[in-house]
Amino acid sequence: MHIDIDKDVCIGAGQCALAAPKVFTQDDDGFSALLPGREDGGADPMVREAARACPVSAIAVSDD
Amino acid sequence: MTETEPVAFPQDRTCPYHPPTAYDPLRTDRPLTRITLYDGRKAWLVTGHTLARSLLADQRLSSDRSHPDFPAPNIRFTAAKNRKVALLGFDDPEHRTQRRMMVPSFTLRRAAALRPEIQRIVDERLDAMIAQGPPGELVSAFALPVPSMVICALLGVPYADHEFFEGQSRRLLRGPKVSDVQDARDQLDAYFAQLIDTKLKQSEPGDGVLDELVHEKLREGELDRREVMSFATILLIAGHETTANMISLGTFALLQHPERLAELRARPELLPDAVEELMRMLSIADGLLRRATEDIEAGGTTIRAGDPVLFSTSVINRDADVYEDPDTFDWHRPNRHHVAFGFGIHQCLGQNLARAELEIALRTLFERLPTLRLAVPAEEIPFKPGDTIQGMLELPVTW
Repeated sequence: MHIDIDKDVCIGAGQCALAAPKVFTQDDDGFSALLPGREDGGADPMVREAARACPVSAIAVSDD
Repeated sequence: MTETEPVAFPQDRTCPYHPPTAYDPLRTDRPLTRITLYDGRKAWLVTGHTLARSLLADQRLSSDRSHPDFPAPNIRFTAAKNRKVALLGFDDPEHRTQRRMMVPSFTLRRAAALRPEIQRIVDERLDAMIAQGPPGELVSAFALPVPSMVICALLGVPYADHEFFEGQSRRLLRGPKVSDVQDARDQLDAYFAQLIDTKLKQSEPGDGVLDELVHEKLREGELDRREVMSFATILLIAGHETTANMISLGTFALLQHPERLAELRARPELLPDAVEELMRMLSIADGLLRRATEDIEAGGTTIRAGDPVLFSTSVINRDADVYEDPDTFDWHRPNRHHVAFGFGIHQCLGQNLARAELEIALRTLFERLPTLRLAVPAEEIPFKPGDTIQGMLELPVTW
């Protein structure tokens, strides 16, 4: 799985980290970031849920 | 073709946690319908969940409230028209700059770090209410002071001034007169002007969000005084009014559903899901406002440039295509993806803080007072009119 976060679009709502806390976090500026070692989504079924929860569609998920 | 007059919007709720029964025709007319605003102006109302998510994220819909054609839900709103309100009254790119200044103070991590302080405040307010009762009045004893104290601590506003700013917020949101709204704005401006001066003189700045704004952004010239005042006003009001309404209305709704409340007491781990379901069901900010800046094809029709577009969150969050049996309280359903916090670039900045406050306030309230119940019949308890944020005016309880 490939996850792209568009930090120019991100508004720091934290919805991704709320939906899939094992994959997403918020960096010090509040922007969405992937947790170290989870850049591939770690096969977490909540990754797509996190992308859908993003209010500004800043997260793109694709299968490798 | 004869056209019937579109339904008036907004209207008062019949039950404080359900959309007004007068909205029934709107609820079946998805995803987009016509409404009549208080001044007779016709507007679009988005009622479908999928279209709402798409249009709330569509930047061809403007939030610039200073535009002469921006829709007003009531006459009081016209008093605010010539003013630029930070964050929620701006479009990108200005909005984006403002939001980015605020985001670090409202992350999940910041909300989690505030939990012990929120718990302390909740315990203290409950101790005081219990010492004076039963009975008690839950809005003034608990629902309002808890978020008010939390936002004061976060912003660096002295809670000692709460009677002043709570009173002015009330006038700003509910008038009743247009002159009340104007005067409340002037008073809040004067208050924050003085608070900024006080903070500027402090050699050891506090650790509140306002202290940061004053000492970093204002001093460095990144923000001017008026912008800092606008931030302060919106954060303070949004930070206490909304959460206070969710606590009072959430408590009322749970007390009206004893079987649900019993489940929650037995299984407190369900609380985060219960909070989401309460957000969905109560939809207290019911009537988000936008103005189209271009023609937009939506819901099989064309929204013309200049048209007013409103979003009824209570109707959208009960779209039967998305939420099965939508009028039933059920936190076992998949209930994320509601639009109670809005959607798009303006989605609530304080939502993670609000979730933490609601979880702690409701869990502790029902733990400490297992026999909590209404002190008067439910139908006698006054709640807020439809043209403002929804919530209880009073909540007489006993235990």
